[in-house]
Amino acid sequence: MKNRIYYGAIVLLVVFGCLPLFDSSYALRIGTFACMYAIMAVSWTVIGGFTGYPSFGTAAFFGFGAYCGGMLINKGWPLFAAAGAAGAAAFVSALVLGIVLLRLRGHYFAIASLAVAEVLREVTNSATELTGGGMGLNIPVSVTGSNSVMDEASFFFWAMWALLLLTFMAVRVIQESKLGFGLICIKQNESAADMIGVNATIYKSLAFAFSGVFVAMAGALYAAWVHYIEPPDVFDILFAVKPIVMALLGGLGSPAGAVLGAFVFLGIEEMVWRNYLQIHSGVLGLLVVVLLLFLPNGMMSISKRLGLTGGHRG
Amino acid sequence: MLIFQILLNAIVLGSLYACIAAGFSLVWGVLNVINLMHGSFIVLGSYLAWGAYNALGLAPWTSLLIAAPVFFCLGYAIQRGILNRVIAAPVLVTLTLTFGLDLMLNNAMLVAFKADYRQLVLDPSLGSLSVGSLVVPIDRIVATVFSLLLTLALFLVLRRSRVGRAIVAVRMDRDASRLMGVDVPSIYATAFGLGAAMAGCAGVLLAMIFPISPIASGSYLGKAFVVCVLGGLGSVPGAVVGGLFLGIVESFGSLAFGPEHAITLSFGLLIVFLIVRPQGLLGKQGFE
Repeated sequence: MKNRIYYGAIVLLVVFGCLPLFDSSYALRIGTFACMYAIMAVSWTVIGGFTGYPSFGTAAFFGFGAYCGGMLINKGWPLFAAAGAAGAAAFVSALVLGIVLLRLRGHYFAIASLAVAEVLREVTNSATELTGGGMGLNIPVSVTGSNSVMDEASFFFWAMWALLLLTFMAVRVIQESKLGFGLICIKQNESAADMIGVNATIYKSLAFAFSGVFVAMAGALYAAWVHYIEPPDVFDILFAVKPIVMALLGGLGSPAGAVLGAFVFLGIEEMVWRNYLQIHSGVLGLLVVVLLLFLPNGMMSISKRLGLTGGHRG
Repeated sequence: MLIFQILLNAIVLGSLYACIAAGFSLVWGVLNVINLMHGSFIVLGSYLAWGAYNALGLAPWTSLLIAAPVFFCLGYAIQRGILNRVIAAPVLVTLTLTFGLDLMLNNAMLVAFKADYRQLVLDPSLGSLSVGSLVVPIDRIVATVFSLLLTLALFLVLRRSRVGRAIVAVRMDRDASRLMGVDVPSIYATAFGLGAAMAGCAGVLLAMIFPISPIASGSYLGKAFVVCVLGGLGSVPGAVVGGLFLGIVESFGSLAFGPEHAITLSFGLLIVFLIVRPQGLLGKQGFE
């Protein structure tokens, strides 16, 4: 039973990969963003959903990956090598940082992870020789070697989409593995998990690192895609908050729910943007409030009520 | 003499930080809710001072008398109507909920007042006071004195009044205080109202010194975070100590490393404190 949602989600994602056939650059742009946010929401699920630590580190990982990737591409690295390197660098830094930060719980951890993004942004801002500082970083290299706008748009859509598939399956593997089981134990009762032999420090740090690696790779792709990044743009606090809202919208702790939440959220956001430009952030706020008050367990709880999934996994 | 001038500036800044953080710390400590609307409440208070001065000719220190009850009622209503419904939910839910409310409030302010910076210019200006080579504008002294008085008032309310004792009791042990006959939801709403009132009043005072804009709310919120963690959560003396400490660090840090590194410094300090001394300078061990 529980695998049905998972395979359903995979099939839907594969179908989603046919988007370039529509030949609309607008659809491709939205689709690429949808994949990017879905990567963030699914990644966040590892630390926030499985482990129960309210991480606001997504913005830090994204900005870190974008700058790593951008600088490497400017040095002449090929795109995928740069993205891989950015992911690896994020993984290692998150692992080390996690050992220190994850000693904190609840609000304290939330604030510390938020502060990491702030510090990184300010450091990026002041390291002008390396990152271009407040002037931003230009990434003029065209990675596809083609001059056609549509070719490039399709290329980045597929790159982001493939990364989403990879992320989704990796997170699913984590969920089914001993690591995922340990993380859920930590969420339920950390001291008890420690007692029965789950090495909580290592497990939590691994969860934090896995929540960062794909986001950093997505950041590198983003940098190559938009050709120009600046600190307030890629270290935006909204990159930390939106994935959380998406995961909550889908249903906490479910990777398929996170993808669903990301797509639905972006769809609604796009509608709001188009129709209420002046008050779009207010409408989004209203959406968040209504969601939390009336659908606290997310959309996956609807399917549970209909008997599609058993238990708490999806 | 430069040292004394910087120290003086640090104290001015620090008292304002204390006033910003006291209400935030109260809400966080008592309700276990991080109120992300705090920064927007402060900015709204600044607009109130600006409007009262330009439309009614009321000086900011008079507007405090309007701001306190207005913001108390606003905070009380928000807590009673919305936040009390999810108060038992995990950290993430309350945090995201106040984020959503903040988006709405901030957007409303952007639409109503635009993002332009406004300045409350007192006419005639209060001038400045100079002792030896020390120079300090009088409006800053007024703001400092009033922010310290407000913080003291909050301290006395929590210490002396019946409601204040109930708030402290709920902070210490919610279930036990419920058994003692404390109406917990109403105490939550009162605490949130007091927090909002402190934010509004801080905003009124800040309007005398800093330009007013909705986009400043994030930086005020950041200060409140840092001060709470530095001083220790949920106590008024903690907010004062943390505020003064941050004021001193920022002022001397700007002197030593340049003003562009002040934010990095304060957030770096925040992370160090969270790791090394999460209970803050005055806090007790054991509070999460």
